Amino acid sequence: MAFLTIEKLVLGYESKAILPPLSFQVQRGDYLCIVGENGSGKTTLIRTVLHLQPPISGQIIMGDGLKADEIGYLPQQTLVQRDFPASVTEVVLSGCQGRAGFRPFYLKDEKEKAYHAMERMHITDLGKRCYRELSGGQQQRVLLARALCASGKLLLMDEPVSGLDPKVTCEMYDLIEELHGQGLTVIMISHDIAAALRYASHILHIGTTVHFGTKNEYMNSDIGSNFLKEVGYDG
Amino acid sequence: MDKLWMYLQLPLVQRALIVSVLIAFCSALLGVTLVLKRYSYIGDGLSHVAFGAMSVAAVVGLTNEMLLVLPVTIICAILLLRTGQNAKLKGDALIAMISVGALAFGYLLMNLFSTSSNLSGDVCTTLFGSTSILTLSVTEVWLCVVLSILVFIGFILLYNKIFCVTFDEQFSRAIGMKVELYHFLIAVMIAVIIVLAMNLVGSLLISALVIFPALSSMRIFKSFRSVTVFAALLSLICTLAGIVIALMYSTPVGSTIVTVDVVGFLICFLIGKTKGGVRA
Repeated sequence: MAFLTIEKLVLGYESKAILPPLSFQVQRGDYLCIVGENGSGKTTLIRTVLHLQPPISGQIIMGDGLKADEIGYLPQQTLVQRDFPASVTEVVLSGCQGRAGFRPFYLKDEKEKAYHAMERMHITDLGKRCYRELSGGQQQRVLLARALCASGKLLLMDEPVSGLDPKVTCEMYDLIEELHGQGLTVIMISHDIAAALRYASHILHIGTTVHFGTKNEYMNSDIGSNFLKEVGYDG
Repeated sequence: MDKLWMYLQLPLVQRALIVSVLIAFCSALLGVTLVLKRYSYIGDGLSHVAFGAMSVAAVVGLTNEMLLVLPVTIICAILLLRTGQNAKLKGDALIAMISVGALAFGYLLMNLFSTSSNLSGDVCTTLFGSTSILTLSVTEVWLCVVLSILVFIGFILLYNKIFCVTFDEQFSRAIGMKVELYHFLIAVMIAVIIVLAMNLVGSLLISALVIFPALSSMRIFKSFRSVTVFAALLSLICTLAGIVIALMYSTPVGSTIVTVDVVGFLICFLIGKTKGGVRA
């Protein structure tokens, strides 16, 4: 049984489909990059998988011991957060809310979990800093630590490196690769096709045509090689 | 000073002080969330709704206005807060519409049906609070005390949820939190506080009570917890100071409190500018 099985999933708004039906599987330990042009529906796919919006038809099946609330989500940054007074620790801890139910306070082991997540992201020294005063890269690390608090199994990331400078982007990829190496399953939306091909084990290309397969299958496919030519990738 | 001391001996003044401290405290707590969620103006809108409901209650001749005003305001609060994402009418436009509409409707009703000989005085009292805080009955005080304590307990219990939902709604939904439920509870608490606060500063000035402490606190402090705690304390201090000044110089209570809040904001603004903020 796969971690995540998507079957004939049709995405869209108000019963207007934006893509042909999608079917793919994510196994434990996979590193899936979702690529495609702007506006092709990458974020819609992620939102649908997270049950943030209903699919028009089709199924999203979680298996292999993965529960619906065990997905760590790294959203694109929203406007509210930019001037939000919050310390790094507060933000990271809030990732534990998913399992808290109606319990009003955090347990000791949740606080330890948050600290551990910050350790993995190398941000323990930022704990008392204000989130909005951090650099873009640091903010992404904080949000990634929060996602780790929500789930130690599957990370879903929406453009984790957008707006970061090349050096920080590189560090961010290394960090994600580190997590992947520790056994996390990663699903990432990416504009950066070079990085996608460097790190991913599987590629899902969405657009007018859809392709899903391993990295090598993608590079040898028509759609893959055409897209790579289009964006000027010569790896 | 003697004059102040004499006033403080009066049960009426003592009641007013208790009530205002509680209201100021609670409204500042919720204010932080409202400001951060870009709902600063909701207090204004809701208070006008409460004003409209109060006029209806007065015209119908209800002895206890709260029975009508509180439910109506709560319902409007829920409607306003839930329209955030996909409504055809956007939040700010909706607030403006409801607020002005309710204000006009309320005044119209009062004009048409009021039996009072001093209509403009009545309206002025409702809008600016004037001295009605000093004429609270024992029942009203108890109601106020119980409700504000409930709001306070509710806020403490929901504190971590409120933070999570306010900071990142999408993420909260993704990890399976019942975001709608928390929005609903926040809306109820806000409505309760608004209705209570109408006695204190009147319906035109309520926004000040909700947003000034939060904005002042955000100038200086950098974590959600410190911002919330300081906003509540600052609101408490400003309100007490406002009432004392109002008593000593016989100024209108509501507008004096708000003026003190403004001064508080300016001070915090300057501190924030010079220090670049405190790390906390």
